[in-house]
Amino acid sequence: MAQKNTVICDRQPLDDGLVVKAEGEIDLIRSPQLRAELMQVLSDDLDRLVIDLSEVPFMDSSGVATFVEALQVQRKKSKKLVLCNLQPKVRSIFEISRLDMVFTIADDVAAAARA
Amino acid sequence: MSSQEHADVEIRIISEPRYVCAVRHAIVSLAKAMGLAETSCANLALAVTEAIANIIKHGYHGDEGRPIWVKVTPVQQGGRDGLEVVIEDECQGIDLDKIKSRSLDEIRPGGLGVHIIHEIMDEVDYSHREAGVGVRLRMRKFITPAQPVSSE
Repeated sequence: MAQKNTVICDRQPLDDGLVVKAEGEIDLIRSPQLRAELMQVLSDDLDRLVIDLSEVPFMDSSGVATFVEALQVQRKKSKKLVLCNLQPKVRSIFEISRLDMVFTIADDVAAAARA
Repeated sequence: MSSQEHADVEIRIISEPRYVCAVRHAIVSLAKAMGLAETSCANLALAVTEAIANIIKHGYHGDEGRPIWVKVTPVQQGGRDGLEVVIEDECQGIDLDKIKSRSLDEIRPGGLGVHIIHEIMDEVDYSHREAGVGVRLRMRKFITPAQPVSSE
């Protein structure tokens, strides 16, 4: 069970990496915690990190910035980072920021595992 | 005309990140009650969130306990109904010319807030408050399309 203040609530292994599920609103107050958790996850050398956002109803630009940083970490190592299961409000901020063309965004975890 | 002196709803918080979500949820409730579509409510809440986050991070530099006022009032302009949100602070030394969107061509964390605000809102205007103490951000979002101009 996730600790009270953690953002990543579940982790499932993939053949080539890991799926992590985030939960709750990701804003100015929770983004630093998310960043710490993601950097911990990325300290393992994962060929693929899939981030399931199905339980994230809201995200602001601080959350987006955290994912951009994680993406850059993976790309520097020529590894993959895939977002999936974005709720419409969350997808919207990636579109407004024109980052929907920068991130690999999949419809669900199965598609993200193949992307 | 600005209705900022006579806001229907006024919320005052101090500059702590944990209070931003309370304003966000209040804005969604208000916007729904005033007839905005769900997507517009969510976007309005995002714009307000970004504006307050910018005040906390860049205006007050993380200094907690400083005031932020959020004022919401229905407006009508050119036959369109909408909502005006005015956000005020007591940040000092802010150069309004430096509050602008950054290029999106550069993929890097941060600096997206002003861009998001401008993308979402129909009108955005920054000014200094009276006596030069603090900044006033006035934003408007309209909920009905403009009436067509008659050619007759």
